[in-house]
Amino acid sequence: MSVNESLAQLSNGLVYSSMLVYAGSLVLFASSFASSRPFAEVEAEQQARAKAGDTAADLTATSATTSAPVNSKMTSGTSRTAVSAAGSSTSGSFTSGSSTSGTAALARGSGDDRELPPGRKAGNMAMSLMWLATLLLAVGVAARGFSAGRVPWGNMYEFSISSALAVSIVFLLLSLRRDLRWLGMFVVGAVLLTLGAAVTILYTDSAQLVPALKSFWLVIHVLAAIICAGAFTVGAGFTVAYLIRERAEKKAVASGTAVKGWFSTRIPGADRLDASAYRINAFVFPLWTFAVIAGAIWAEDAWGRYWGWDPKETWAFITWVIYAGYLHARATAGWRGRKAAIIGLMGFVSFLINYFGVNFFATGLHSYAGVS
Amino acid sequence: MSTVDPGTRDSQAREDESATADLSTQPKSDLPGAVVGLGLTGWLRWMWRQLTSMRTALLLLFLLAIGSIPGSILPQEPVQPSEVTRYIADNPGIGEFFDAIGFFNVFSAPWYVAIYLLLLVSLVGCIVPRTRLHWKAMRSTPPKAPSRLSRLAESSSWTADSTPPAPQDVLNEAAEELKGKRWRVHITDFDGTTGAVSAEKGYLRETGNLIFHVALLVLLLAVALGGMFGWRGQALVIEDESFSNTVTQYDSFNAGRLVDAGNLPPFSLTLDEFTATYQEEGDQQGAPRTFEADVTFRDNPDATSAQQRVEVNSPLVVDGAKAFLVGHGYAPVVEVRNAQGLVVYDAPTVFLQTDGNFTSNGVVKLPDADPQLGFQALFLPTAAVDEVRGPISMFPALNDPAIFLSAWEGDLGLDDGIPQSVYRMDTAGMTDLGIKAIRLGESWEIPGGRGTVSLTGVKQYAVFDVAYDPARFYALAGSIFALLGLMLSLFVPRRRVFVRVTRRHAGSPAGQGAAGAHIEVAGLSRTDEAGLKPAVEEITAVVKKIVPPIGESTTEPVDNTTADRVDDTGVSTTGRTGEEQRPDA
Repeated sequence: MSVNESLAQLSNGLVYSSMLVYAGSLVLFASSFASSRPFAEVEAEQQARAKAGDTAADLTATSATTSAPVNSKMTSGTSRTAVSAAGSSTSGSFTSGSSTSGTAALARGSGDDRELPPGRKAGNMAMSLMWLATLLLAVGVAARGFSAGRVPWGNMYEFSISSALAVSIVFLLLSLRRDLRWLGMFVVGAVLLTLGAAVTILYTDSAQLVPALKSFWLVIHVLAAIICAGAFTVGAGFTVAYLIRERAEKKAVASGTAVKGWFSTRIPGADRLDASAYRINAFVFPLWTFAVIAGAIWAEDAWGRYWGWDPKETWAFITWVIYAGYLHARATAGWRGRKAAIIGLMGFVSFLINYFGVNFFATGLHSYAGVS
Repeated sequence: MSTVDPGTRDSQAREDESATADLSTQPKSDLPGAVVGLGLTGWLRWMWRQLTSMRTALLLLFLLAIGSIPGSILPQEPVQPSEVTRYIADNPGIGEFFDAIGFFNVFSAPWYVAIYLLLLVSLVGCIVPRTRLHWKAMRSTPPKAPSRLSRLAESSSWTADSTPPAPQDVLNEAAEELKGKRWRVHITDFDGTTGAVSAEKGYLRETGNLIFHVALLVLLLAVALGGMFGWRGQALVIEDESFSNTVTQYDSFNAGRLVDAGNLPPFSLTLDEFTATYQEEGDQQGAPRTFEADVTFRDNPDATSAQQRVEVNSPLVVDGAKAFLVGHGYAPVVEVRNAQGLVVYDAPTVFLQTDGNFTSNGVVKLPDADPQLGFQALFLPTAAVDEVRGPISMFPALNDPAIFLSAWEGDLGLDDGIPQSVYRMDTAGMTDLGIKAIRLGESWEIPGGRGTVSLTGVKQYAVFDVAYDPARFYALAGSIFALLGLMLSLFVPRRRVFVRVTRRHAGSPAGQGAAGAHIEVAGLSRTDEAGLKPAVEEITAVVKKIVPPIGESTTEPVDNTTADRVDDTGVSTTGRTGEEQRPDA
């Protein structure tokens, strides 16, 4: 089957343009982050506004819904420290409060034409650009696949652009449920780095597959690994943010003041970051297990043994063991929090070695880099 | 909330503790402050507890991960023995050291085996008590509801009319609703003052956890059994030649301890033809595209023969084993005639590739000549001479085959008593007769009147890995169950929900304000989960349908936000949002 050159060109063009749009989004995320005010201030302001707005709404008998359900004790179970009391937003009401009070403000109308908080406009634009960039990249990846008549992950270049797409999609899906603009810089940075490496070092023309990859398992095993790449990367972002924030909160508790730090005050509280990181990692760990098992089944079919300690297999195993250690650590007294988070980060580093390092630095049965 | 008289406070406290504590089946030894005895049994017990504790498991997991790293960086004996030898030769000091500590055979090294054996013991030592605890938990009823439901992570409360439904009926109906949602339920009957329903759900979580760990055990066992009863070998078969499944015909063969190597499945195969295609153009020029080995095989000498095309992802399945296509190469047919013109050598000779374009090395030895004759040769399927690199192949297919020969005369060393590689010739002590490059169909007069050598044809060969692993389906089953157990243990939430009905009397200290029933709904979760709040809200809505708050009829849609937060005066206050304060229940 011959390769459709025009589709391949289209794919390259779309990948490049998506990189441009990502770059724009990165700049806007950075500017939004830099000019945003500390979460605590914003939340206090919105609560005050919500109160005022609700009273007004009561009087005018319109529905006074804010999305802060009154009956539940938010996360007060975890807000044990003075720091949290000082407003380091550990509650879900922050995000929903921010967006709905924004829209509620607009809905109330009648002279209440307040502007969005500083940085919010840039953040919104950054998110829109990111949606656009992801769309461009998705079409680019699809075009690459169509140009060769197969799934678009048959060599390192294609694997990298697919992984970058996965990172982006995971981030965008999560951002539908809560405000993740603060994480935008990290995610777009990771995506751009991957795409940059892909189009420069890893690039190879669209072509057919080597015989070893001509199997149905290519779709299953590698797709699972790509989705895991996306989830692990976003999870690592949460983990890094957690580590920074946790140190700031510890300092604040020790000195009896509010949380300080340019970065730390602009991100959610440590507990929530930890919970989010855990949820992502716990969600994707079974998928990683499945990717390894699918790889073993494929290996049995192709090479006659389901496990041969090939460097890629070994590092996939190491990554699995480290994330298993992370899950165990979170269930062990004295290991939750900082120690578990560091283990989680080590798991991510191991994953990067598994994904990039092995294809370049070790020769084994997995050397499909397509790079000479 | 009604005050509790001091006499019952202790028992209440204990109840509360048990209600909120025992969702964990974690061994108590992991909790700080576990008491240890002394004496021999005491020490043994202490060591056992340490071994089976989570901390040790973490440490062992960590060691397992780190210990695997050298196995992925250094060449490993079972896979690339020649690379290992070369590494030690190139790096004598550190190479010897690595060899001594087993870094060239990590996954069979004693220290690595020790790590995962300890993990195994730790695993078993953890599974057994947890299974016992879980079994007990599965057969027990949920504990009594704590007295202070407001202290739980998620809770809500409201006041309802004291007239129908009666408190006991409320409890019964709530219990029925919860049972309908597959909660395990326990009712503490209304005793005139208060009554409650306790419900628990999510036992499957721990079941999944245990399944996962047991499945890991099964997997490890299957790997071990497969290693003991399985065997593998590699065989190189030239076109038109055959292979029979006996140990002597293998180029390399490994068998587990319990394998009867003299009794391998008696299949045989003939390689009829091997074809490979490559990418012709573009920046992946020369990359392989298809490999096809057409074989005729039979399961045993009495069976009928059959034909099959063996490809990389489609092995040959015979009775008792599978043959996988793992490599290929060229075997140029070299013909040597002596000075009298008689043919003394005429056979396809296996050459080993040295690069992606199949520049291949090989050797032709003629020990029966006098003096002995040998050729070191370089075969190029698409020949070219590069200025820097010398003779090199430009493309893997047979576009312009040529062979570069270097003739030697003297003692080949075959009678020295040391085995020699058929791919290498030691030219020390031999005389160099000359070099020549010849194309397909050409001949070369060997200098010194020794005769002629010609390249009469080129055949290809295929390399097959033949493998047998009787336990591989158990390994697969083990890993699939492990995956299922893992998903249950991570995604099924373990929760408890309580519903308490308390009668309030107007003017009494217990119920300031309106007479009626005070309803509380609360829940707690064993795990970090976002789903507790919506789950409790759902139960709250259900209970509100049964016994709606004062001022609401049952037909009104339940709305948590406008519904009421009852403060001490019994008056509902809508719109007070964002407050985290609660009335002191």
